[in-house]
Amino acid sequence: MIFLTVGTQEPFDRLVAAVDDWAAAHDTPIFGQLGALKPDSYRPKHFEWRDFISADDYQRRLEASDLLVAHVGMGSIISALTFGKPLVMMARRAALGEHRNEHQLATAARFEGRAGLHIAAEAADVGPLIDRVQASGGDGAAAGLSPYAAPELIETLKSFIHAGR
Amino acid sequence: MTKVLAISSTGGHWVQLLRLSPAWDGCEVHYATTTGDFRQRVADLAAARGQKAPGYHIFTDANRWQKARLVKQMLEVTAILMKVRPDVVISTGASAGYFAIRVGRMLGARTCWVDSIANAEVLSLSGEKVGPHADLWLTQWPHLAKPGGPLCKGSVL
Repeated sequence: MIFLTVGTQEPFDRLVAAVDDWAAAHDTPIFGQLGALKPDSYRPKHFEWRDFISADDYQRRLEASDLLVAHVGMGSIISALTFGKPLVMMARRAALGEHRNEHQLATAARFEGRAGLHIAAEAADVGPLIDRVQASGGDGAAAGLSPYAAPELIETLKSFIHAGR
Repeated sequence: MTKVLAISSTGGHWVQLLRLSPAWDGCEVHYATTTGDFRQRVADLAAARGQKAPGYHIFTDANRWQKARLVKQMLEVTAILMKVRPDVVISTGASAGYFAIRVGRMLGARTCWVDSIANAEVLSLSGEKVGPHADLWLTQWPHLAKPGGPLCKGSVL
């Protein structure tokens, strides 16, 4: 099962259409959470999707999936690393009206190469990248990340919280 | 018991905020976000760490282009601050965290901004603007740290 998620704000037609193209030629079940679609937004023809799903539903679908496909959002990255799922992602481009600034490109550059995280530079790369990750048996899936932040950060905040006492 | 308001929008900011939760062990924590979806999750999280059952508050979602919603959000965040009266406000973003830190400080709270790890090249707009008003201003990227703040003390990963 592939779980496609693009966050809860803007639609992300380029990624959704690329996954739909891939789905047309493959039998793998896919579910997509596509965000606040506009009347002219792309709607997939080859897989099941909704605009929004509940936090519990998100969690269930995440855990049941073999592969995540997403925009370069920290929620998706942290979910993939925490649950050890391979993640194929493409950055939203402000230049194409997909986000408010280009920070997803910067995030992609910073996280590229981390085990289990795969970056598609262009929509045309999405399908081949899904094929490659599936062929490797989801290999390189990230190891389970600790559920909490780095100890130094926790300790810094703890000291700050209690400094007023 | 020290009262902490942990506030952010839903999505990546929220996922990062929850990863900071051991920092408020032994405190009375109140969460505030844009959906009621995570009420049970934070209750379970607190129970697992032996924390007091957390408060939970909801405000309107908005982004920087939605002026009317931003005003509504600011009023709601202010109402949450008046109700909770936190000693400490901590936020990972975005506009709601900005409001919580500006208004929270006026109400006497000590405030902390942890800029999202998604901002790897430049600080977030909210983070850049709110930083000088936060008692503790953090980035998660060492190359974005500066002597006058933000500081880098590790990341949520």
